[in-house]
Amino acid sequence: MNWIRIRALVVKETLAVLRDPRNRIALIMPPLLQLFLFAFVVTLEVKNIRLAVLNDDYGQSSIELVQRLIGSKNFETIRFVNSPAALRQAIDQQQVIAGLHIPADFSRRVSSGNAPVVQVVLDGRKSNSAQIVQAYIGSVVDQLSLDQMPSPASMARNPVQIATTNWFNPNLDYLWFTVPSLIVLITLQMSTNVTSMTIAREREMGTFDQLLVSPLRPTEIMIGKTLPAFVIALVQATLYIIVAIVVFRIPFRGSLPLLYASLIVFITSVVGIGLSISAIAATQQQALLGVFTFLMPALLMSGYASPIENMPAWLQPFTYINPLRYMMIIVKGVFLKDMPALEVWNNTWPMALIAVGTLAIATLLFRRRVA
Amino acid sequence: MNAYVASLVRLRSLVWKEAIQIVNDPSSILIAFVLPVLLLFLFGFAVSLDNTKVRIGVVLTERTPESESLLRTFQGSKYFDVQVDTDRRAMEKELVAGRVRAVIVVAPDFSRNLVRNGGAPGIQVIADGSEPNTANFVQSYVRAAIGIWSQQRGLETAFDAPGSIDVEGRVWFNSSLESKNYLVPGSIAIVLTMIGTLLTALVVAREWERGTMEALMATPVRIHELVLGKLIPYFCLGFGSMVFCTLVAVLIFRVPLRGSLLTLSLVASAFLVGALGIGLLVSTLTRSQFVAGQIAVLLGFLPAFQLSGFLFEISSMPLPIQWLTYLFPARYFVQALQTTFLAGDVPRLLWINVLIMIGFAVLFFVLNARVTKKRLN
Repeated sequence: MNWIRIRALVVKETLAVLRDPRNRIALIMPPLLQLFLFAFVVTLEVKNIRLAVLNDDYGQSSIELVQRLIGSKNFETIRFVNSPAALRQAIDQQQVIAGLHIPADFSRRVSSGNAPVVQVVLDGRKSNSAQIVQAYIGSVVDQLSLDQMPSPASMARNPVQIATTNWFNPNLDYLWFTVPSLIVLITLQMSTNVTSMTIAREREMGTFDQLLVSPLRPTEIMIGKTLPAFVIALVQATLYIIVAIVVFRIPFRGSLPLLYASLIVFITSVVGIGLSISAIAATQQQALLGVFTFLMPALLMSGYASPIENMPAWLQPFTYINPLRYMMIIVKGVFLKDMPALEVWNNTWPMALIAVGTLAIATLLFRRRVA
Repeated sequence: MNAYVASLVRLRSLVWKEAIQIVNDPSSILIAFVLPVLLLFLFGFAVSLDNTKVRIGVVLTERTPESESLLRTFQGSKYFDVQVDTDRRAMEKELVAGRVRAVIVVAPDFSRNLVRNGGAPGIQVIADGSEPNTANFVQSYVRAAIGIWSQQRGLETAFDAPGSIDVEGRVWFNSSLESKNYLVPGSIAIVLTMIGTLLTALVVAREWERGTMEALMATPVRIHELVLGKLIPYFCLGFGSMVFCTLVAVLIFRVPLRGSLLTLSLVASAFLVGALGIGLLVSTLTRSQFVAGQIAVLLGFLPAFQLSGFLFEISSMPLPIQWLTYLFPARYFVQALQTTFLAGDVPRLLWINVLIMIGFAVLFFVLNARVTKKRLN
């Protein structure tokens, strides 16, 4: 191994990536846009709910119920409709996500304590949000129940006092979840994109053969090709960490060296994947699409889009070979939880194993291409 | 008349040339048939917003009949996967490690306070805020479980269950409340964006990069023939992929298709033409595969994934971002797709969405024609 030759290749590679002004923009703008735009998008909260109300009652209790819904901060618009058909239409057209039907005898039943009922119709096209809306309506109705229907039983017994707290993120601010995750995601995208394109571009332009007849050994070519991508990814990660702390004001409670150590292992494991794709692909187009085919499952099975424990049991073991799964735990752990070194290590060594595996595969594929 | 026939002949050979390229390039088969299966599979199985089992830790410092019966309520619930410990510190460590999503601490004097006059039996729920959605979910389910337990105890100890207003919930279109029923149709939007925007942008950018585009322009081929020659094969590829996805969705994932096939075809075609328009525009503007790929992901894939309301509720986003979603056709397509699959043909909603998508398509092609002309001068 000759480090002078490797250095020359690293310089050449870095220049090749950064020389084109459009390339420079493509490396910096999309990630920043993603960070700023999508940080606000990824939320499973349900706010600004639009609700249709069909009130057949007009008694005191039903008016009270509607008043309370209007007063609740979660409901943005309350549309009054005067027939079941109009309610149906409002949901069909997605003008509202839910409809509340208060039957004619509601107030009478409330005052006589005779099992009053309200109906909530939900738009199943958005079943997750619909369930949350139902819970909101339920809590408003429960409160009304307590206030208007005092029950002797609940007064006589000692009710259980439930105190809830949220550790690490007391206000359940979604940005605290999204921004650290996005740092990892964008680093992943960048490192795989850049590595996968390097060899494919040379092959497409026909300059790869020139590289092969140069004194560089295959391993040296591989190292020279990976290092720039590695450095670019690490520099970008640093940039996003700064943005997360300074602009988004995400608390950073853990240890920075631990985060970097695990990031380096993480980038190594995905750079191996990028290189493997690059070694298989004959053209840049194939390389890009190959990266995409890897990124989608990696992203969706990392616990970011939805929790891993929601997945069917037979599918969950597959997440163990996904380096993103571990990095997502570490980044949130270090940012928000001040995760101890032992826990970080527990999530780092699997990534190191994956890195050894992906780099071995990359070397193998690369050697075969060269031979 | 002759000129017209000649034009058709030229167009036919262009389409034929492109079709051969598609068939010969493994990446286009990958993107049109392998990736869709992968995506549908992921959205059908891997992504699920239906919280079924949340791992929680219960800390019981004393075992009394009351605390045991409360524990059994948690263990019996299908929503929790319960670990029990007597040591609070050990559970807190599990919370930091992310192995449990919430810790429920039953106060040491819980049972005594439950029966003592004026006692306040306490339960503390500590949720992991680094997963806000799960934290919310855990809190409300823990509350509900404790409520049920209290009610049952009230019955056992001969108190009346408190009378209360009942909320009767009915869910239309998706009564089993499965997120796959709207995620799988929504993922068709991503598949068509990949084919229409990303694949087309890459293919055409490659022609510009290699100079074969200029070579084609030097032939008698007109610009509109050139554009159509690209458009028709990729439209067919996208449409074929859509049909394939629909079959997989209905036959394998058992997603109901309540609307008509005609509606589905119309909606998908309107979107696909627009997506192809963006792809062409991006490639003409950038002329480089790497940059075209990046921009196509940024303008095509990411909005389809993030700004379409497919996974994340648009009305919950900050207002400026809500306005932004109107600028991407994906928003209209996802709404139309979910409606066609789950609700059926809702004429007014679907017409509005289709018309807007056609408007986008026209806009992209007009822009494209202008940019191409300029590029050649």
